[in-house]
Amino acid sequence: MARVVLEGVTKRYGSVTAVNNANLVIEDEEFVVLVGPSGCGKSTTLRMVAGLEDITEGNIYIGDRLVNDVPPKDRDIAMVFQNYALYPHMDVYNNMAFGLKLRRFPKAEIDRRVREAARMLGIEDLLHRKPKQLSGGQRQRVAVGRAIVREPAAFLMDEPLSNLDAKLRVQMRAELSKLHNRLRTTTIYVTHDQTEAMTMGDRIVVMKDGFIQQVGAPLEIYENPNNVFVAGFIGSPAMNFLNAVLKQEGDDVIVDCGAFNVRVPESRVAKSPRIREYLNKRVIFGIRPEDIDDAQMVPEERRAEAITARVDVTEPMGSEVYVYLSVGEHSFIARFDSATKARDGEPHQVVFNMDKMHLFDAETELAIR
Amino acid sequence: MRSEKAWAAVFAGPAVFFVGLYLVLPTVQTLYLSFFDRNSRSFVGLDNYRYLITSSAMQTAFRNNLLWLVVFTACTVLLGLVLAVLLDKVRYEPVAKSIIFLPMAISFAGAGVIWRFVYAYRPAGATQIGLLNEIVVALGGEPRAWLIEQPWVNNLALIAAGVWIWTGFCLVIISAAYKGIPRDMMEAARVDGANEFQIFRYISLPALYPTLAVVTTTMIINVMKIFDIVYVMTNGAFGTEVLANRMYKEMFQFRHFGRASAVAVVLLAVAGVVMAVQIRRFREEEGR
Repeated sequence: MARVVLEGVTKRYGSVTAVNNANLVIEDEEFVVLVGPSGCGKSTTLRMVAGLEDITEGNIYIGDRLVNDVPPKDRDIAMVFQNYALYPHMDVYNNMAFGLKLRRFPKAEIDRRVREAARMLGIEDLLHRKPKQLSGGQRQRVAVGRAIVREPAAFLMDEPLSNLDAKLRVQMRAELSKLHNRLRTTTIYVTHDQTEAMTMGDRIVVMKDGFIQQVGAPLEIYENPNNVFVAGFIGSPAMNFLNAVLKQEGDDVIVDCGAFNVRVPESRVAKSPRIREYLNKRVIFGIRPEDIDDAQMVPEERRAEAITARVDVTEPMGSEVYVYLSVGEHSFIARFDSATKARDGEPHQVVFNMDKMHLFDAETELAIR
Repeated sequence: MRSEKAWAAVFAGPAVFFVGLYLVLPTVQTLYLSFFDRNSRSFVGLDNYRYLITSSAMQTAFRNNLLWLVVFTACTVLLGLVLAVLLDKVRYEPVAKSIIFLPMAISFAGAGVIWRFVYAYRPAGATQIGLLNEIVVALGGEPRAWLIEQPWVNNLALIAAGVWIWTGFCLVIISAAYKGIPRDMMEAARVDGANEFQIFRYISLPALYPTLAVVTTTMIINVMKIFDIVYVMTNGAFGTEVLANRMYKEMFQFRHFGRASAVAVVLLAVAGVVMAVQIRRFREEEGR
């Protein structure tokens, strides 16, 4: 068990910078998820912590030890790979015991640890099977088991669930969370799936183009994204972005989207004092699909703010409906209760929940707070 | 059902016919001839086979084939394996591989001529025209008659020429298999605590076993039939005789069809055993 510290970590491949000046402190026992689109540098970051990639600049500490020049085998970490990377010629038992054998653990200790991990993961019956005789989910468990038996200072997981089918992925997600609650081993988890990030991480690190965009607890990032990228990446369906200009009307601040206007409540303006600095300037107006309500389903007093939009398409998801709307040149998605009367091709009244809206600088795309 | 069988016959027929004409028939014919005398006139029973076992020329050939089998196969496969693994780590790999593979492009007779020059011998004092002796003399040694000193020096010299030709083949195949080993498997082992040698020993090598088996079998079948190099460089003189060269001599120099056929049958039998083992291994692999 240990904390992991990245200090100005940079990785360059020739002229390409894969990871740019990453600073991150992962506390002992924490479950941190690195998330971002492919090519954002999250895997490279993880591999540098593992020691599988050299660091161009900066320092990495595991525990209190500087590990820049320590080979992977001496870093006291265990890694779970996307393709499981099981040893095909060894049975499950030996796959799990391999690392301990190399470290010359006594036989009895190896046996105890392997069996305990197998019991924890429910793979006791598979110990003498070869990887090829296992299903994807079982292989995944073995890969995790191989990491557990080592009792390392930190687990590194590189998209461990992305090869599983959707149902199994959800199940393993919960199991990995449970496992972490039990073992409390520091874990760095890489994924491109924002749902995994939201549900599993104590904290999320959002990356893009080699830069860390934002670090924070899942809900904190969801509610207060630093910039347009983070706002659009976290949450599904993604946040709607509309080009707009901020205007003043009497005492009120108005978001003028051209085709329609919406009023920003005083309470919301108070939360972000800098909003007034943007009066008469171009901004990006962000609103999450769940913060757009069906006017027929909100209390009477909110209907005054309703806007008429055209329903392009409705996507029933069962418990809810994704409604694709357009007003003038703007299109956006809303999430309505499945009881909605919105029908394809017909106009429909919607209300924006402006307390939850987001504003971004049109130039820098940074949040206006 | 009937028409299905008829169609099968239509499709397989020509192939079966030609295989029968060019493969099965000559094999049966050879087996038949091996029980007759030099002119294939009178039946001699197992006389030709008795000769194979008792004549000193044939015994030398058997011994040398065995030597080739062990040394040539071991050298080509091991060199190919070591080079495949080592070259994987360097940037000039494609160039190095091309150079090592190059001898495969030369006809084996041509390679034999090249190596005859390399091993060429002039008595001490005279100007050495052979590369190897030139080096030996330059280093202050005595020139040696590489192709004459028997039984070890000249046979190993011939085998070296064979290894020179075939190592590239082994290298290319093993290298392709090596590159097919998933990298994350090796990385997993590295994180698990293995050093480079342990990764090779416990991860890469087991992953290469099927390929090594195929390459080894290919080399064994290859070496059973070794002919060109020996024919060109020594023609079996000074105790360097091998089975295929002996077969050629019996057939075209001594005009003894019976003995030549008997040698051919023995060669076929040995190759057949190797093939049978290999096919069984394949089946087991498939079945697993």
